[in-house]
Amino acid sequence: MKAWLRKDGRKGIRNVVVVGYLVECAHHVAKTIVNKADSPDVQLIGFPGCYPNDYALKIMKAICTHPNVGGAVLLSLGCEGFNREQLSETIADSGRPVETLVIQQNGGTRSTIEKGLQAVADIKTKISHAEKVDMAIDELIIGTICGGSDGTSGISGNPGVGYCFDRLVEENAACIFEETGELIGCEQVMIERAATPELAREIDDCLLKAAHYYEVLGYGSFAPGNAEGGLTTQEEKSMGAYCKSGDSQIVGLLKPGDIPPTGGLYLLDVVPDGEVRFGFPNISDNAEIVELIACGCHITLFTTGRGSVVGSAISPVIKICANPETYKNLSEDMDVNAGKVLEGSATPQDIGDEIYQLIMDVAAGKLSKSEELGHQEFILTYKYFEPVGPACLPTATHR
Amino acid sequence: MKTDTDKRLVLLHPNDNIFVCCQTISAGESVVLEGESLVIHSDIHVGHKLARCDIALKEKIIKYGASIGSAKASIQRAEHVHLHNIKSDYMPSYQRSGVVDDNLVQTKAEEK
Repeated sequence: MKAWLRKDGRKGIRNVVVVGYLVECAHHVAKTIVNKADSPDVQLIGFPGCYPNDYALKIMKAICTHPNVGGAVLLSLGCEGFNREQLSETIADSGRPVETLVIQQNGGTRSTIEKGLQAVADIKTKISHAEKVDMAIDELIIGTICGGSDGTSGISGNPGVGYCFDRLVEENAACIFEETGELIGCEQVMIERAATPELAREIDDCLLKAAHYYEVLGYGSFAPGNAEGGLTTQEEKSMGAYCKSGDSQIVGLLKPGDIPPTGGLYLLDVVPDGEVRFGFPNISDNAEIVELIACGCHITLFTTGRGSVVGSAISPVIKICANPETYKNLSEDMDVNAGKVLEGSATPQDIGDEIYQLIMDVAAGKLSKSEELGHQEFILTYKYFEPVGPACLPTATHR
Repeated sequence: MKTDTDKRLVLLHPNDNIFVCCQTISAGESVVLEGESLVIHSDIHVGHKLARCDIALKEKIIKYGASIGSAKASIQRAEHVHLHNIKSDYMPSYQRSGVVDDNLVQTKAEEK
């Protein structure tokens, strides 16, 4: 596969211009610029809050310097707390063209939209000449998430992703699974797979933290649709979700915005540190996809049983449908029909091989279903994280 | 070997005490569970669970070879296993109509 080489040595499978609003007050202007630009390579991202937040700044930096991103236009109202100077500087230092437009200093809505459109066009021209280079499988970072799970997810789609992850890890790609709140009940089986006893302790602590967080909030990640689809308890949902990680050793524990330093399988801790504040860890699946992308994921594998249609800005989402009945209803939105396992016409391993091949095709430029349909969901909210401890990461050998 | 089971049901792990349904089974139908023919009393939809054997009150429900909760009622073989007769050992499940929980089983936190 061919990819865009970035200054930090990472390679991108897409070359997107992001238009980012730095407070809700600048959302309309940013959205209008993206709509008028009318190109799949121009995508809307943003943070709605007026109060500053270190996590949000870290994620916006990680997203704007993601290997799939070629340049950025930032929209500020002018008085919000977001550190636009630092974000812009980080993007410029990464070798990407960036333009910041402050609405209060640019004559308001209409003229900022015009200037923004011009900035997008200029950046697109600048980055269109970039040469593509060869990219190897061990340079890929692949994430996985499940949404709208049901009783079929843990039988077909999730084990399929598990096989695919094992294959990728064997070839030294980095693979990331997450949803620590949706792994409650899997502590024991999971810590047995940790590369070191210290990492095992970190993983155990991270699951305890998740259980405490959801206990305070009063709800687990268990949604009504899960029950309608045959799942009864959080731990049942967790065991099904856990299959996505395959059988490889877990080499590290990341927090949102951390880039895996080596190949191998990583767990992403998405539940904030410290006392419970700012509400639910991830208010919807889209927030988790954003965090996976902030960890450098080139592609996200999204398994679903009840059916989900979402995609994402920046990195393609590949949809794997576990339930054959859902697949019939939503086939236009689904990339892989893992429900064949329930009908007896495929094994989870066949599904894993199909997903693997699709990853190669999408990395080489083929559009996933959600990309074709124009999905660009993006959501970023307030969180607090402390950095990961020294036992969490393997020593960097490459990448 | 008790291998003769309806093809619409899958056993995910040899230690499991439930089957998972792969194709909808309607109330009133007979299904074969490991050689024995039994009548199903309620519709079992895709992804839902069916008891492989009689399960006593407070007994663990085993799926994927691991516990996924406890029985909050005694469950008969071939009965639908869901919110009405089992519960989480960690946290309550909820539906649009509210939280499903009867505090019958200790939470994991209390056990520790």
